[in-house]
Amino acid sequence: MSERILTVEDLRVSLPVPSGTLHAVQGISFHVDRGETVCIVGESGCGKSLTALSIMDLLPKRAQRTATRLELAGQPLTGVSERAMSDIRGNRMAMIFQEPMTSLNPAYTIGNQLEEAMLRHKRVGRRQARDRAIHLLERVGITAADQRLRQYPHQLSGGLRQRIMIAMALMCGPDLIIADEPTTALDVTIQAQILHLLAELQRELHMGLVLITHDLGIVARIATRVVVMYAGEVVESGPAEQIFNAPSHPYTRGLLECIPIPGRTERGGKLGTITGMVPSLVGHIQGCHFADRCPHVIDACRAGAVPLTEGARPEHHVRCIRSSELPTVLPNAAGANA
Amino acid sequence: MTATSSLAQTPAPGTPMLEAVDVAKTFQVSQGFMRGKKPLHAVNGVSLTVRQGEVLGLVGESGCGKTTLARMLLGLLDTTSGAIRIGGQPIAGLKRRDVARLVQPVFQDPYSSLNPRKSIGTIISLPLRVQGDGDEASWRKRVEEIMEMVGLARRLYDNYPSQLSGGQRQRVAIARALINKPRIVICDEPTSALDVSVQSQILNLLQELRRELGLTYLLISHNLAVVEHMADRVAVMYLGRIVEEASTATLFDTPRHPYTQALLKSVLTPEPGLGIPDTHLGAAYPNPLQMPPGCRFHPRCAQRLSQCDKIEPHPLRQADGFVECHLYQEPQT
Repeated sequence: MSERILTVEDLRVSLPVPSGTLHAVQGISFHVDRGETVCIVGESGCGKSLTALSIMDLLPKRAQRTATRLELAGQPLTGVSERAMSDIRGNRMAMIFQEPMTSLNPAYTIGNQLEEAMLRHKRVGRRQARDRAIHLLERVGITAADQRLRQYPHQLSGGLRQRIMIAMALMCGPDLIIADEPTTALDVTIQAQILHLLAELQRELHMGLVLITHDLGIVARIATRVVVMYAGEVVESGPAEQIFNAPSHPYTRGLLECIPIPGRTERGGKLGTITGMVPSLVGHIQGCHFADRCPHVIDACRAGAVPLTEGARPEHHVRCIRSSELPTVLPNAAGANA
Repeated sequence: MTATSSLAQTPAPGTPMLEAVDVAKTFQVSQGFMRGKKPLHAVNGVSLTVRQGEVLGLVGESGCGKTTLARMLLGLLDTTSGAIRIGGQPIAGLKRRDVARLVQPVFQDPYSSLNPRKSIGTIISLPLRVQGDGDEASWRKRVEEIMEMVGLARRLYDNYPSQLSGGQRQRVAIARALINKPRIVICDEPTSALDVSVQSQILNLLQELRRELGLTYLLISHNLAVVEHMADRVAVMYLGRIVEEASTATLFDTPRHPYTQALLKSVLTPEPGLGIPDTHLGAAYPNPLQMPPGCRFHPRCAQRLSQCDKIEPHPLRQADGFVECHLYQEPQT
């Protein structure tokens, strides 16, 4: 039995906006075991980043968070004082953000910023912290590490900065890393290198990894399990091969039809589309959130809240009343949704 | 108006529409206060031809010079050496306005490329105003026609960019580019800022417009799956040079240059179980101020030969393009 690192049950996040209350995250549940990579995938505004921030307790002050369970290795993260939380954050769980330029402090050297977390959380001296920083910089593939420690963020390229963010997240040997679009700002070649490194470290250090992205290619290649979010809800979750080879929710299927897949999509052919727009999350949505954009919608879809139900396989869940009636063929952008 | 009158009719397919002949751009970069300037060779001897009706994909990492090249092709930046020809005529002899009639850009970020204080109608009709199109009475009708063509509801005419979604904004940018019926559209990362479901709509739209209006595209993108889907031919750029050019099928099926091979390897297709590839590229993209001697790719190349750090390779003709790499050249005697 593998060790449970993160448990999220019925997590809800709402934000006051001028027109009412924005229900950004509407009761999502998932878990991460040690050594697992769970990808949360969805488009802008689906609530994936707020989910990450709410686990780290880094939500904006005006945001409201509730959850029936939110635990890191069995220890509750709800009802914890700010002081206790800051002992956990950066220590037992760490976060890697999208744009390393904005998450590194331009006024401090790389060395200062790397050592800070360790000096704050562990009973170590500066010497030990420095040694660990050099060790980790070398581990993430940075040459001349002792010189890098004296440099400032602006002197480094985007790829190097993201490597430093990874090293920083590893400083205290966390149980869980949450990476929010860690490679979106990087070139494809650097992206592959960074993800390769992240996957390798995750295996080597046996951590839990939550990776948040909109890129289905990344998800397919790195995820143990996938959580697909749409308009504040989980619409489908399950093992990666299930989600990609036999997606059951019309939204997941639609997403896969939208992207050109070499060898599967006809070159120059028409790509699938998802018509319409994401519904407003201010106020209450009656029935299925995807109903207005779904090609398979029937009246019953709008009748009431659609529960997440057991899918085709263990650990596979779908929020769609018609998923069992949908054809089982693989999504094929060429003509399937023309 | 010689520039436009010679292109009044759609040229025959295959006619060279946009040509760069041995184009170079060198910037003088300051090294800091009281220190001298150093030349940065952003584009270093690039030749390429975009033909009527085709989509030429241009790929490469950030800093390789693709955007500098695009700006020179748009006439927004002078070349240091070499020539650019639009519809067979040297760009140097054309007025900015005439260039704009023939070549139009669509940029990456529809959030920053539209003036937030102008209404959609004003934004789309601006090129008509700039070109001094006299028939003002017809402007609104023409704007509404082009809006319809790119899939924007007419009722958005008086709205502002902030009221539109990212996909709608990119449609506005496309409508603005097309209102004067240009021949060539340079799309610089047209969908990088968009969600995947919106990206597919914009890509479909660009394809439809190309067929309907007989347009020619230069598509600059780092998303190789998008380039493979859209382009007829692909040019791969590295540190200011085009290192390989071929038809899309040839380039993606049998990439020759080690850099092209590494680029293709780093594409993450949504196929579970394949894992994250190891590209075998060294971490560092070289500093363009200190260009490596010999082949500029040799410090990162896994298949490097003994002459690679000494002798600069020259373009070698292939079946449907060229490659610039010592692996395919006769050893020097």
